[in-house]
Amino acid sequence: MIEIKGLHKYFGDLHVLKGIDLNVAKGEVLSVIGSSGSGKSTLLYCINGLEEIQKGAVIVDGVDVHAKGTDVNKLRQNLGMVFQQWNSFPHLTALENVALAPQIVKKHSKTDALEIAAKQLKHVGLGDKLNVYPNSLSGGQQQRLAIARALAMEPEYMLFDEATSALDPELVGEVLETMRMLAEEGMTMICVTHEMGFARDVSDRVAYFHQGIMEEIGPPEQIFGEAQSEHTRKFLANVR
Amino acid sequence: MDYHFHWRPVFQKLPELLQASLTTLEVAVLSMIIGIILGLLLALARMSPIKPLRWFATCWVELARNTPALFQLFFFGFGLGAFGIHFAPYFIVLFGLSFNNAGYLAENFRGGFQAVPDTQLRAARSLGMTIPQAYIRIIIPQVLRIVYHPMTNQMVWAVLMSSLGMMVGFRELSGETQFFASKTFRIFEYFAVTALIYYAIVKIILGAAKLASIRLFRY
Repeated sequence: MIEIKGLHKYFGDLHVLKGIDLNVAKGEVLSVIGSSGSGKSTLLYCINGLEEIQKGAVIVDGVDVHAKGTDVNKLRQNLGMVFQQWNSFPHLTALENVALAPQIVKKHSKTDALEIAAKQLKHVGLGDKLNVYPNSLSGGQQQRLAIARALAMEPEYMLFDEATSALDPELVGEVLETMRMLAEEGMTMICVTHEMGFARDVSDRVAYFHQGIMEEIGPPEQIFGEAQSEHTRKFLANVR
Repeated sequence: MDYHFHWRPVFQKLPELLQASLTTLEVAVLSMIIGIILGLLLALARMSPIKPLRWFATCWVELARNTPALFQLFFFGFGLGAFGIHFAPYFIVLFGLSFNNAGYLAENFRGGFQAVPDTQLRAARSLGMTIPQAYIRIIIPQVLRIVYHPMTNQMVWAVLMSSLGMMVGFRELSGETQFFASKTFRIFEYFAVTALIYYAIVKIILGAAKLASIRLFRY
């Protein structure tokens, strides 16, 4: 379970998150929507400790992410992350991209790591691209590679930071399909997304962020059907 | 002009000259290895938040790049000698060249580090890698590719710069040439042949670097 309590985040004077309270249960798929600059991506970075926080707490399975003495490297193994700019490692083949962290972080033997990597790449439909370098993969394939790379650490949670925003429109589908597959497998997911179709169809709950505040959260039917907040309705009217 | 070229004495000493070229190559290669390691550390130090580290690295880079290489050798020879610290000529040249290489390479590396997007570090960290792991496995391999050609140039420069060794009594290729030339007064002949040897060494290095780059950088 991920518990976020009274979370405040500043970038210098800029108050990006203004007191977020949110719980995400095991097996839940939460989509976070909202306009750019609403703090939704920052929220993800605060969850896995890539960004420091100024007030409040993020607790993952009972461990306070930002407490002194917390082993964030160990914690992150359980919190897979997929970025908007897929960030594949250009100097490694697809197989090596995925096998590296299991080998050097989880200390699997090289043979085991390669086996895990091959399995995960097949899982996301890249079984025929094992020895290819990322620069000869399409954006959609690189993003699936990034998903496989995160999955190879066998995380219990996956954080998606606008995983399809940087893709050509015709490549969005394959990545969403992969995410949908994960959701069906019962992965706990927090997806910051602009894909309203995905948010509506796949999520258990949808949260709407507005200027650093979580304006509204609820099941997709509520958010897309009878949103309580004026801001939410306005936002949804504009994106449709 | 009544100068008559006499090449035979030079050819008779060719084995000695080739032997000395190996010494030249050895000191150049070692100084590059040390230079790359120190250069990486200096580049990291220049980007570090710790002020004294930044200051130290900046001084090193400034001195290495903006003073004659010969003076840098003299520092390790006569400079430290004045304080009672004496090195054999071999080490004077090795330290001098390493100091110079590190200074130049540090600047190249710094540019290389800046060219690798921050997001690569984030992605590595998000997988649970420690900072050293992320640098060693993800960032530095990419930096080395970016700086590969400047690094090759520095290697060539190290070979040519090692000829300064003759000024501190080191019998590398130039020192050896000088030694025989002054014994026979066939100065032009000796240095002409030695120049060709340098040329050949540099060409071999550039060729090898090209081959290695094809093998190393398959992406």
